[in-house]
Order: sequence, then structure tokens, then C-alpha cells
Amino acid sequence: MTLPTFASGQDPGPSFSELLRRMNGDEPLLRNTGAVEITQGTTIVALRYTEGVIMAGDRRATEGYSIASRAIDKVFPADGHSGVAIAGAAGPAVEMVRLFQTELEHYEKVEGVALSLEGKANQLGGMIRRNLPMAMEGLAVVPIYAGYDLRRRIGRIFKYDLTGGRYEEGDFHATGSGGRDARTTIKLGYRDGLDRAAAIQLAVEGLYQAADEDSATGGPDVVRGIYPTVATITAAGFERVEDAEVAQRFGELLQRKTAEGHPR
Amino acid sequence: MSMPFYVAPEQVMKDRADYARKGIARGRSLAALSYDQGILICAENPSRTLHKVAEIYDRIAFAGVGKFSEFDSLRTAGVRLADVKGFTYSREDVDARSLANAYAQSLGQVFTHEMKPMEVEILVAEVGVDKASDQLFRISYEGTIVDEDGSTVLGGDADTIGERLRANLTDNLDMGAALRAAVSALAGPERTLEAGNLEVAVLSRTSARRAFRRIPEAELVPMLTALA
Repeated sequence: MTLPTFASGQDPGPSFSELLRRMNGDEPLLRNTGAVEITQGTTIVALRYTEGVIMAGDRRATEGYSIASRAIDKVFPADGHSGVAIAGAAGPAVEMVRLFQTELEHYEKVEGVALSLEGKANQLGGMIRRNLPMAMEGLAVVPIYAGYDLRRRIGRIFKYDLTGGRYEEGDFHATGSGGRDARTTIKLGYRDGLDRAAAIQLAVEGLYQAADEDSATGGPDVVRGIYPTVATITAAGFERVEDAEVAQRFGELLQRKTAEGHPR
Repeated sequence: MSMPFYVAPEQVMKDRADYARKGIARGRSLAALSYDQGILICAENPSRTLHKVAEIYDRIAFAGVGKFSEFDSLRTAGVRLADVKGFTYSREDVDARSLANAYAQSLGQVFTHEMKPMEVEILVAEVGVDKASDQLFRISYEGTIVDEDGSTVLGGDADTIGERLRANLTDNLDMGAALRAAVSALAGPERTLEAGNLEVAVLSRTSARRAFRRIPEAELVPMLTALA
């Protein structure tokens, strides 16, 4: 590869996707004829707690009525202090995450300073907006973006609609096919000043209830040892919660449910 | 129509080279060397915002001397090349050697085809798993690429400084010792360099992914004053 150089009017600046477009031209629009089932990722949640935010996602991907994957990850670090969780068409979503990660790092390297959290959230909104023609073809991507705002010293959560509309959520959000159930569960269990353990517990319970109601959301798989992806984002940065700890929270949840007697 | 005077190609090249060399010699120099935990790059630079040393990719750093605007545009182009390559293929496929080659070609092209050569000398460094696998490529204004072993110096007085730096080198330098070696080589016997006039960054061998880290002044001061 040769060094990319641009005439002064053509320079893409600090934008990586602009740079790709200058070098490779526009991506062709994919047409979805409905003849093939598209792999779909399902339920994701994010909620605030005392130290920052928790993001979590179940591990199931579906293709129509069959399970495409039992252990897909839907929560990714976007950069050091923020994360992105994805629901919707898995292929374009994972690609969007990769592009977004590169975009943030590229900006930081070219400009010498990182974007603000708000700037990063807007950047993701732009990417979703550009995906709108694909969304109309049934390849919708609906992420949640959350991070620790190093300037304001708080955790912040952003949700998006298909047109790239960006809305900041207060304390929690959940989306995807089981999103409504997860959201209700978290809404009922949420209180101010949740500590880390309680917040993970609540996120996990949200996903559990979503899996209870939604066939496309995977529950805890004790036999294979597959548990939801959970990550914390605090002043110390993005950190994935160990499977053992998630398994323990699930154990406690199941114990409580058994003791209380789950309504049939 | 007037005829231009004939100038021998040798003379043209020599004039260009002199022009570039003079431009580079006007600026301050820069030294880079391997130490036990990575690669340290130390530049004499009173500015805190106009960086001579910068991150290109996970394990690759860039440094330049000479005309700031020119090496900074090369830096940006390098970040672009690396990020596009890493995005198109994989992060593992981005390496210093091919980046250094791209720089060399670009500089060579400018030297022979443009009105004015670039008044820059640049360094592409990649940290490896051990000292032996570290890579330091020095690329000069006309596109000559040199694969340096263990240490290198860029800038006007590179030969003298390089000699002093090599005299300071020992096996198993730690970061502080590497810094002191670089600073004393850059300063020479008659001067002392203060932390405020230095720009220092390292590529750390032990980092998970992004190995590049700037060393702030507060960390430099104790390392400079600690006597080896």
C-alpha cells in the first residue's frame, strides 16, 4: 500500500469513514429479498450505578426460528472509557462496531486529543443514519452507547433510533427483541445509589426476564457455562466482568427465584 | 522565448540535498533507543502541543525532525495508512517495515519530482516481544531507509549525538537509564537539558494493545535527577 495523500480540498480530516470513502468509494447498497434469514442479535441493557455504567447483553443470535449462535458477544469496548452494545442484524452491527472503534482511535491519533463522550455518541448516530437505507432493507442496527464522561465524572447512556436519532437516557435502557421485558424489570428494580454487585444483579435479572418472555433471547446456559456478557465502565475504564462473577450473580438470582416460588 | 541554463542533474540533486539538510539542521535533534521494557523516544522540544513524537498504531510510533508542518502531514498519512490497513485486513497485519517503505517511496518521489524536497527526517519504531525484535527505521529526506540496531539519532548533528548515545549504551537499561542516556547524548558536554524542554514517549513492551505512552514532565523529573 502506498501512503495516502490528498489535495488540500479533498483531505478527509480526522474522520476515518470519510477516509475510507475517499479511498474505496461508496459501499454498494445491499438488497434484502427476504430469501435468506439474517442473523439477528437480540437483547441488550445498560444502567447507571454509583461508579459509572453497566452494559450487558444475552449471548443468543437467531436466524429465523433457529439459533445461529449460543455465545455471540454483543457488548464491545468502543474505546478506553466507553462501550457499545448491539441489537439487530448481527453482520452490519459487528462491522459498525469495528468501524466505530477505528473511528474513535483514528480521531484521537490524528487530532492528538480524544473526542468528548457527547462527540463520540453523535459520531455513532451519524453511522446509524448512514445505515438507514440498509435498515429499510431489513438490516437494522440498534445500538446502545454508554460511557464514563471523564469531564463530568458521571456515567452516561445514549440510545438511538433507526434514523440515527440520538437520545440520552437517564438511568437505564434496554433494547432488542427482549428489550421491553428487560426494561420493565430494570425499571421496577432500579433505585438511586446502586452499588456494583446490585447493578450487575439487576442487569442480569433484566436479561433473565427477557429470556423468559422472548424466544430470541438466550437465558443462562449452566450446562455449557455460557452467561451474559457484562461490562462495567468507570473512571478506571471499560472492564469486562469475569464469567465466574456473572455465574455467581445468576446463581443467587435462581436461588431467590426458587425460594420465592416463580409465578407460573 | 528564453532558454533556461543547463544545469547538470548531479548539481540539481546536490542542491536539493543541501537545501533539505540545511532545513533539518535548523531544528533540534531526537534520539530513540531500546531498553528492557520497550523503546524510548526522546526529543528536544520546548513546545508541549506541537509534538515531534506520536502514536501510529498499536505497537508503532512515529517521530520526526525538521519542518513541523511537513513531518506532521507525514504522520497523519501514516496513521491513515495503518488504520486503513488494520481495518481492511487485521490489526496484526500492520507492521513498521511496510509503513517505513511507504514513507521512503513517498519521500523519494517528492525529492525527485517536486519543486522542493521535504526538510524532514523521520523515524518509524515498532516494539517487539524482546529487545532483539524491536525495529527502528530511520528515513531521510530523499527516501533512504536505514534499519537501525538498538538506537538511532535524527536531526542536524546526528553523527556526533549518535556517537555519544552509543557510548552511553549498556545491556539491560531500564527506562530511567535509557532516558538519561538519551538526554546526555542530546545535550552534549556543554549543556544540560531540563525536563521542560524534552518530549519523551515510550512504546511499552508489556502493554495489552496500544503500547504508546507519553511520559509527562512530572514523571521525567525524578528519572532525570536519579543518579545512575
